[in-house]
Amino acid sequence: MISVSEWKKRLEDEGAYESISKLMETVEKNRYNSFITITKDLALKRAELYDKGKINGKLAGIPVVIKDNISTRGIRTTCASKMLENYIPPFDAHVVERLKKEGAIIIGKANMDEFAMGTTTETSYFGVVKNPHDTSRVAGGSSGGSASSIAGEETVLSLGSDTGGSIRCPASFTGIYGLKPTYGLVSRYGLIAYANSLEQIGPMASNVDDIALLLEVIAGKDMRDSTNSGLSFKFTFKREKFRIGVIKEMTANDKIMDVFQSKIEEIKDFAEIHEISLPSLKYALPAYYIIAMSEASSNLARYDGVRYGYSLEKLDSWSKYFSKVRAEAFGEEVKRRIMMGSYALSAGYYGRYYLKALKVRTLIINEFKKALNNFDLLISPTMPDIAFKIGEIQDPITMYRADVNTVPVNLAGLPALSMPIGKVNSLPAGMQIIGNYFDESKILSFAKMVELLEGEKE
Amino acid sequence: MINRETVLHISNLAKIEIREDEIEKFINEFRKIIDFFNQLDEIEFNADVEPTYHVLPLKNVMREDEPKKSLDREEILKNARHRENGYFKGPKVVE
Repeated sequence: MISVSEWKKRLEDEGAYESISKLMETVEKNRYNSFITITKDLALKRAELYDKGKINGKLAGIPVVIKDNISTRGIRTTCASKMLENYIPPFDAHVVERLKKEGAIIIGKANMDEFAMGTTTETSYFGVVKNPHDTSRVAGGSSGGSASSIAGEETVLSLGSDTGGSIRCPASFTGIYGLKPTYGLVSRYGLIAYANSLEQIGPMASNVDDIALLLEVIAGKDMRDSTNSGLSFKFTFKREKFRIGVIKEMTANDKIMDVFQSKIEEIKDFAEIHEISLPSLKYALPAYYIIAMSEASSNLARYDGVRYGYSLEKLDSWSKYFSKVRAEAFGEEVKRRIMMGSYALSAGYYGRYYLKALKVRTLIINEFKKALNNFDLLISPTMPDIAFKIGEIQDPITMYRADVNTVPVNLAGLPALSMPIGKVNSLPAGMQIIGNYFDESKILSFAKMVELLEGEKE
Repeated sequence: MINRETVLHISNLAKIEIREDEIEKFINEFRKIIDFFNQLDEIEFNADVEPTYHVLPLKNVMREDEPKKSLDREEILKNARHRENGYFKGPKVVE
């Protein structure tokens, strides 16, 4: 994988135009189907400007891939859906403005599950993303292309979004780092909404320092997102004797648990480790899906085939036109979630499903808060399994169950990182590190110590 | 209970047309998903448990009401197939 420091050496040795040209040769092969849109011309133009000394900033000359649900002005933004196949945003997302200001070079838009609804990118209208470690397997989802492009050395940095694990799952499956920030740390302005009380844009990279760097750039105040906290982020590495809670309810298959346990043994060198129980997590998965689907049914009501997106040649009556556009342009999983969400919010069922799910959310938040009063950080395996074979999982509920360790964090709005901890049958396994609200520095400090451990072994 | 009528009702609520040959599949899937949701039935909540709509303690965030340049009209209309005299053109609302 290519780290920022390694890329900076390339910039020094051969300049941006040469480095980006070479990188684009790899990108254009699109070996893993990481990309929906490749922005070669724009990238080369920016590289030229960099070589002329006209681009400065924290990310000057560094290639970044952007998930295709994040709006980029003048660059097609599809959400991996037929609905937005030809949609060109007239504005940039706040995070994209920040990337440009800091000199980043955007090289393309990453493949994903349609509207970020999925765990494998198999719901993408543009085909599945392949795992660079084994191309017969998925790269995880929904930010699959953002992850495969890093693992497959097609970029240095990428942005993903995480509604129920969509950054952490593909990070785990492809052996990279991915952080879901605290809810409200990164502006969602320009992120095409799926479930807005749960989702955050976050950084993906090949190491801790690069995650920290990208988060420093994208985090901060933005008045156009009314849920933005106004806080900014600066990473300060701090060695300390961490008190770590291992969450009993978050488990994985035996082979992953072996890798996880042996990592815990190593971590004991610098941390105090205890097992803890959060009993309400038992209900996190159904509560998450009720909330996510309900919010989706409302958010995706905007796709009416009138102002943008898929449309029909003939304008029929409103109800017929609306229903037909959506039938033709949404994929199966998106339809399922919109319909189930409409049902959960409909007269007579609101109290039974939606309201109850929001109460479960309260119980889970309270248990997390209590746990984080006693511990610096909480850890678990990120995913219960290694990357699936393409086509392996057909049943929706079985697919939903794969998110069991990641969704609680979104319900609570907490930050969490997935980092690689080893391999099972030559495929990566990940560890999830959960911190208190806005305590990303502590998560990254701990992760860096785990990372250094790895360096000492080599 | 999910049956043919409920599936058609949901399809109408969600404004997603479904074909006759899709109905059976949706009945089966919806039943499974509802069973999955129904796990929450076993919880007995204490009376003091409030629902959490939102995780941050933010309320009514306001900004100054200052005029700013809005997006370019032509650029916005570019994404629409049906337009007339600088407006979006939609389907008939009254049948």
